[in-house]
Amino acid sequence: MPAASSVEMRKVNKYYDKFQALKDIDLSIPPGKVTCLIGPSGSGKSTLLRCINFLEEYDSGEVRIDGQLIGYDAPNKKMSGRRLREMRRSIGMVFQQFNLWPHMTARENVAEGLIRVRRISKADADRRASEALAKVGLADKSASHPSRLSGGQQQRVAIARAIAMEPRLMLFDEPTSALDPELVGEVLSVMRTLAGEGMTMVVVTHEMGFAAHVADQVGFMEKGELVSVDSPDRILHHPEDPRIQSFLRTYHERNSF
Amino acid sequence: MEWSVLQQYGPSLLKGFGNTILCWALGTVFGMALGLVIALVQRYAPRWVTWIVQAYIEVIRGTPFLVQLFVLYYGGPLVGLRLDALPAGLLGLTIYGSPYFAEIFRSGFRAVPDGQIEAARAIGMSESDIVRRILLPLGLVSALPALVNFSIILTKETVILSIITVPELLYQVQRMSAETFRYVEANLVLALFFWGLVETISRVGLRLEARITKHLIERT
Repeated sequence: MPAASSVEMRKVNKYYDKFQALKDIDLSIPPGKVTCLIGPSGSGKSTLLRCINFLEEYDSGEVRIDGQLIGYDAPNKKMSGRRLREMRRSIGMVFQQFNLWPHMTARENVAEGLIRVRRISKADADRRASEALAKVGLADKSASHPSRLSGGQQQRVAIARAIAMEPRLMLFDEPTSALDPELVGEVLSVMRTLAGEGMTMVVVTHEMGFAAHVADQVGFMEKGELVSVDSPDRILHHPEDPRIQSFLRTYHERNSF
Repeated sequence: MEWSVLQQYGPSLLKGFGNTILCWALGTVFGMALGLVIALVQRYAPRWVTWIVQAYIEVIRGTPFLVQLFVLYYGGPLVGLRLDALPAGLLGLTIYGSPYFAEIFRSGFRAVPDGQIEAARAIGMSESDIVRRILLPLGLVSALPALVNFSIILTKETVILSIITVPELLYQVQRMSAETFRYVEANLVLALFFWGLVETISRVGLRLEARITKHLIERT
């Protein structure tokens, strides 16, 4: 396992025209730890996450991976495409909609980045892809196309695609929100294993159970603000901020029957 | 009906049909290639380049093919572009088809979910690899039915080449009609030939579609 990355966000702002999606975000993500981001939809969780690998371009402030600024060489001076791609190589990302490439088999999906980005030979890439698929419990599905896989299996292939690149940081954007309830567990268990191996993980999620049991810190966002970052226990069980209390009340009401 | 004249004119009709197929096939291939280039330029080139290309699309789509051919064949020599009928016809078909093909490719590209492009960016793939490995294969699959459809439309545009004396099927049919006064027979033959060509293209298109979408269709 390569060394785990840390992330530092300082005064990060993001606007969509006049709408401010992120307001002065300050967040430290320590290496080897799991950070969960929770909050109502539209609160900016996914936007914040996507700023970390610069899929979303923040407008001001700094996002540093292991001390290195991502996206910009200096304020208002964009980083070159080549340098950005180099930084992204060590940041894995998993999406809500899986985003596997439907014309490739599971193994080809995982091998693609190794061949095109890491410039590894096809044979080596296939071997590593098979290993990554075995790790997420899908050794027997490597020749299947995504259309033949369940949502949970597709998401595990997507995780394999990310970890095959040997990232030092993994970003998860609501990885279980598009899944049928009975398929959520298999994905969370793969994520738990990854966390146990000391991967730095940032997870946007509505799975409070995962946040409570696996996260080292939990951030609560509302209306573009990072309201509070604290231990899972203090955010989820003893929240002081009324906004968090109200969010959790709604959550519990919706999930009780 | 008097079909015996066909014996005499059969060879020239077949030759004409051969030229029709040649013009259609090359015009389609070149038109598609130019259309693909245009669609990629419109997606990736700087703003001012896309404006120029957009103007080209508007002009070609906004004017009749007949007029474009006249301008190319009879107006071309005025600016030093002297072409024989067949090359002029091929160039004309290529130009005429290119903006339609470009629009078909554009819609095909748009059908590729942003997320699949983002996934490629997120692992650090270069834009050129993204185009080659993700955008093109997936965009082509979405575009295929419309590509086949427009190439079928193009089969029938080839008859306009007879106006600049390209010896394709309509040209031969008209010669036969003028010499024998067998208008009905001659035009029925023309209709049959075209019908056969279009049926063939359409069947090949469907086969191709079935083959390349085999792995893309969700089976539950």
